[in-house]
Amino acid sequence: MTGSVAGAPSAAAMTTVAAIGVQRAAWLLLVFPLAGAIILLLGGKRTNSWGHLLGVAMPVASFVYGVIAFFAMLSYPASQRSRDLHLYSWIPVAGFKVNIGLLLDPLSICFVLLITGVGSLIHIFAVGYMANDPERRRFFGYMNLFLAAMLLLVLADNYLALYAGWEGVGLASYLLIGFWQFKPAAATAAKKAFIANRVGDAGLSLAIMLMFAQFGTVTFTGVFGAVHGASKGVVTALGLLLLLGACGKSAQLPLQSWLLDAMEGPTPVSALIHAATMVTAGVYLIVRSNPIFNLSADARLAVAIVGAATLLFGAIIGCAKDDIKKALAGSTMSQIGYMMLAAGLGPAGYAFAIAHLLAHGFFKAGLFLGAGSVKHEMDDEVDMRRFGGLRKVMPITYVTFGFGYLAIIGIPPFSGFFTKDPIIEAAFDKGGTSGAILGTAALIGAGLTAFYMTRVMFMTFFGERRWDDKVHPHEAPSVMTSPMVVLAIGSLCAGGFLIIDNRLVNFLAPVVGSPPTSHGFVTPVSGGALALVIVGAAIAWAMYGRREVPVTAPAGSPLTVAARKELYGNAINESLLMRPGQWLTRLSVYFDNRGVDGLVNTLAATLGGTSGRVRRIENGFVRSYALLMFLGAALLVGALLLVRI
Amino acid sequence: MVSPAHFVALSVILFVIGAVGVLARRNAIIIFMCVELMLNAVNLAFVAFARLHGNLNGQVIAFFVMVIAAAEVVVGLAILTSIFRARKSASVDDANLLKY
Repeated sequence: MTGSVAGAPSAAAMTTVAAIGVQRAAWLLLVFPLAGAIILLLGGKRTNSWGHLLGVAMPVASFVYGVIAFFAMLSYPASQRSRDLHLYSWIPVAGFKVNIGLLLDPLSICFVLLITGVGSLIHIFAVGYMANDPERRRFFGYMNLFLAAMLLLVLADNYLALYAGWEGVGLASYLLIGFWQFKPAAATAAKKAFIANRVGDAGLSLAIMLMFAQFGTVTFTGVFGAVHGASKGVVTALGLLLLLGACGKSAQLPLQSWLLDAMEGPTPVSALIHAATMVTAGVYLIVRSNPIFNLSADARLAVAIVGAATLLFGAIIGCAKDDIKKALAGSTMSQIGYMMLAAGLGPAGYAFAIAHLLAHGFFKAGLFLGAGSVKHEMDDEVDMRRFGGLRKVMPITYVTFGFGYLAIIGIPPFSGFFTKDPIIEAAFDKGGTSGAILGTAALIGAGLTAFYMTRVMFMTFFGERRWDDKVHPHEAPSVMTSPMVVLAIGSLCAGGFLIIDNRLVNFLAPVVGSPPTSHGFVTPVSGGALALVIVGAAIAWAMYGRREVPVTAPAGSPLTVAARKELYGNAINESLLMRPGQWLTRLSVYFDNRGVDGLVNTLAATLGGTSGRVRRIENGFVRSYALLMFLGAALLVGALLLVRI
Repeated sequence: MVSPAHFVALSVILFVIGAVGVLARRNAIIIFMCVELMLNAVNLAFVAFARLHGNLNGQVIAFFVMVIAAAEVVVGLAILTSIFRARKSASVDDANLLKY
């Protein structure tokens, strides 16, 4: 029993006790998907015939264990639910000691259930979706690796192990986004995602170094115990560096550009990245580091501003994209923006950020699987202007997608209504000018969400058919539709289940503290939000439901054009970062070729040319050598005589 | 009266004859003999100066030179013999393969 108690008496100070009973096997959570990845990736073609079955079984096994561990946790009193499981000493150096340990607490178990649960459903869907792909086994190997890395990220009990999982997620996303690497666009998108993530990773690694330099430890308990004694500047710097890390993984401004390109990956990957893994990592990092953010109002405000800006940014992009997956990707940016906004509100918002994250996991996975199902049946067409009228031919996809749609725009009693409104409320409750601005941004975002999702809905499932005669869409096989049905049920129930009676808030309170106030469900803000949602949906209906949708995109207003170009995010990156970088490399190459190499080459050429001429003296005639020797000797004698005189 | 200057003059004359022979003649045997002539010219100068200064240093060096000359002739003639066997010629200009 090695219960370590963090120093300060604040509510945020972290107390853990050693894991006992069934939770002592928590390492199984990691081992299942990791073993799946290793067997599938090293097993080669021999595992082709049953690889996808193993690939599905491993996440399901992790999920089953996660549920058992969850119920074990519920049986403990609330103050003892944070359990630490020491695995082994990773870096035992004098003065620097890092243990690999797993931390099972209410926050990490939420993520475990989301990652393994939604992840398993996506794996099942992928069995059908990737059925005709010759590389399906490799795909499942990467997917399992993705889950293993993400589980390490959320289960680690120190920042260094978290960082290992963080990098593993980056690697797996790179492999999966570029899974069809024969497509240049996919290869580029994978590289882009990796590089954009590296920028964020630099922030996280600097934060970890700063922690070690200041506190001499990187464990959660150690850092959170010591952070109260740190100076204000250090705490704010830590918060901002962690925010930079979170921006990379969660595709927040200014590192958002990789997310839309990441749609080049197979659709199950998009679902996995957007719902269960990867983009949720940034939110996890912020919420997990809540003792740091609690101490720095500036860092919190930065998080909230980034979140609010991104939620509008993503929503505006989502309004203009004709590619169904990119429209959904814009919506992910926007919804993660809500979560970041909530996390930036401090204890008032942490629990709501997680609630929205969990609910979002269900409906966004459902939406992406629906989009994947449509894409699968439409011969890989993703342009919504070529869809239309699909509700008749794909009824199950239509209904499950519709559930996700109602959940994301926040129609009661679907999930989004319960999880988004508390965030908007909390933003207004922050008070002052910043609270009003953040709350207004969140409200406008709700209206925009309704607009772009209604647009997706109408362009895809309603109206007249606009697809070619050679495409014959019909309902997807049951291996693909059954996960969608489960996710649709989750989209309906998850939000209400989590928010009513403050279930999640109370569950997470030992880790993140509890919000100061609790609103009912019928408030002026939620009424206003609902009104905006209806207005947004009505405008979308007027533009895309009532009128016929042209097959080729109209020119559109300047704002539409800008949104289609992702609000010039790529142009800004290119002009501010890429082009100067290219100039710098060209300059370096020029300097290297002409300057450094030039110096060396000139010297070598001079020496070579001179020696080529001088060696002609060695002509092979002994007598000429003798003459030279005589001349030399005469010169020597002459010189000696000259010196004597 | 024979003065040291006469010895030195003779030594210089012999040395120049030897040097010109080395540079001008092609036959290796002749070149050898000319080298001997140069060495002995130097010996003459050494001995003359030893006499002039009244000590034995110059005479000792003359002996050293003779020993070295003998050794040089042994090695040189051996090389010359094998070159002659290979090329049927004792001309030093014919043995010119080792060059740039």
